[in-house]
Amino acid sequence: MLSELLRSLIQNWRLPVLVALAYFLFELPELFTGWPWYYEEINDKLTLAITLFTIATLASSWNILAGYAGQINLGHAAFFGIGSVVTRELWLTKDYPFNEAFFYGGGAAALAALIVGAPALRLKGIYFAIGTLALAEALRLTIGSMYPGVSRLPGPELRAYELTSRYELSLKVLVATVFVSYFLSRSKLGLGMKAIREDEAAARSIGINVFLHTLFAFVLSAFLAGLAGGAFAYYHYSYNQIYTFGPNWTFDALLVTFIGGPGTLAGPLIGSTFFVLVRDYLAGTSELVDTHLILFGVIFILVVLILPGGLVDLSTRISRWFLRRTRKVFR
Amino acid sequence: MSTHIIAQSLLSGILVGALYGIAALGLSLVFGVLKVLNIAHGELIMLGGYASFWAFNKAEVDPYVSLVIVVPLLFLVGTILHFGLFAHIVRANEEQRIKNSLLIGFGLTLIGQTLAIRYFEADERRIATEYSTDAWEFIGLRLPLVRASGLVIGIVLVILLQLFMHRTYIGKAIRATAEDWQTASLSGINVRLTYLITFALGSALAGLAGMLVSVQYSISPNIGLTWTLKALIVVVLAGLGSMPGTFLAGVLLGLAETSSALAFGSQYREMVGLVLFVIILSIRSQGLFGEQNA
Repeated sequence: MLSELLRSLIQNWRLPVLVALAYFLFELPELFTGWPWYYEEINDKLTLAITLFTIATLASSWNILAGYAGQINLGHAAFFGIGSVVTRELWLTKDYPFNEAFFYGGGAAALAALIVGAPALRLKGIYFAIGTLALAEALRLTIGSMYPGVSRLPGPELRAYELTSRYELSLKVLVATVFVSYFLSRSKLGLGMKAIREDEAAARSIGINVFLHTLFAFVLSAFLAGLAGGAFAYYHYSYNQIYTFGPNWTFDALLVTFIGGPGTLAGPLIGSTFFVLVRDYLAGTSELVDTHLILFGVIFILVVLILPGGLVDLSTRISRWFLRRTRKVFR
Repeated sequence: MSTHIIAQSLLSGILVGALYGIAALGLSLVFGVLKVLNIAHGELIMLGGYASFWAFNKAEVDPYVSLVIVVPLLFLVGTILHFGLFAHIVRANEEQRIKNSLLIGFGLTLIGQTLAIRYFEADERRIATEYSTDAWEFIGLRLPLVRASGLVIGIVLVILLQLFMHRTYIGKAIRATAEDWQTASLSGINVRLTYLITFALGSALAGLAGMLVSVQYSISPNIGLTWTLKALIVVVLAGLGSMPGTFLAGVLLGLAETSSALAFGSQYREMVGLVLFVIILSIRSQGLFGEQNA
């Protein structure tokens, strides 16, 4: 009994590690409350963490469609934007309670994916990528003319503003996204998606409904991105509504997923941590704020050319290379 | 709404569309032959625009004359990019190739845009020559000179490209490689060299488009994505394999944009074009002028 439990724990080591990590991150702001430098730096750190969680959520949700089902969606920002704009409008102008508005935001993004998905998923590969990019741009331009001004938190909300609750919400969304990805990747549904990614014709021939699988991945990925948008609407006190629709959100998600390792659970998380920390470090040290973009552009190209599996793949490659070398020496 | 306004906006749609067509020619060529999609095409357009802007600004070279520098310069840039990056991914199978080229182009966009902001400054710039505001008037329609030049250049360019592709050895090699690179290789065509020439030619065409953009509109470091998107839409609308078809699809996109601006208001101009594009794409995925199996 005990040995069986131990064995299943060793085989599924990712789950307890994830639970422990999530618990630790939730407790993190509490842990530091007594420290002397708490009040000076904590807000910077929390803001950095919220940015990290947002990008990690976008990357992980993007990875569901791109990494597992193999379709590159270049319009992911649209779902992030829909989530944020719906949440913000319902919450601030229609006076819905925030939690309701938040889920309506995610739901609206999922609904948009469902409506767009039917025609868009008829396109494959590059045409799907271009089609989603075009649709997202069309939506961005429409939102830009519908909501031209800056959306600010009104007085009462602003007075009650504190970062810890924002931190917790973005973390909750990220944790939900990671757990959904985890269970998806080992469910029959997720395995079907991977089969489609590897060989669509073969997947179809063993009875996998290609359209329904990719549509499900698309809607799920959009729903999670919409929730991330809702959390962003809760966090940010003043921004242009068009901001969350910007293609840079899609491209950040794409960048960090490929740097980390597409189609893996840890890849988007490692990639976004790497991305956000290096960006923060470079912004602090050099007077030129955009150095990180050049650096990441170069890293990105190198990863695509030399290391198609991303950083996650690096460790396996190093150990394999090391084994080969030692074998040569001992022969 | 008077017929005069309608005629005028249709005319400007054709003129805008001619530029879309020219911007798309290079992308279509590279996509059709190498089967790689260069997302950084818009950055090459931007680079071409800046090259002729600086030539005009520092040395007072007329933008149309500056083409003798800009086009070879972009040809060289294309050669370097192909040697350094794209030549490494054309070995992969087709699906992997397109995906990798998309990603590399995206990395290049990131680098190009950032470097351009740093060294060219983020201001919007345009080439203001003495004849920039000149226009022909006939039967009440206004035909701005520099925009009309785009249409003329576009038509001449398409004819020249058509002759090049059908009458010269290199052109025939490019078409053969596009159709089936293995058979082309067996027939003694140097496929690698053909790829190189095609990519460099595509970049040179982007340089030409960039010059026209900086004369007719304005350039700034972040125009790349906008023009890539326009060119992509035109390429997909047209389908692969036809130069005149690509140019015509550009004109159609321009017409669709201006007529929707007329019908729904100018803020919906781009939107209608994009939605139209997605609809056509999902109905006829080989494009308007493409062959079934292209």
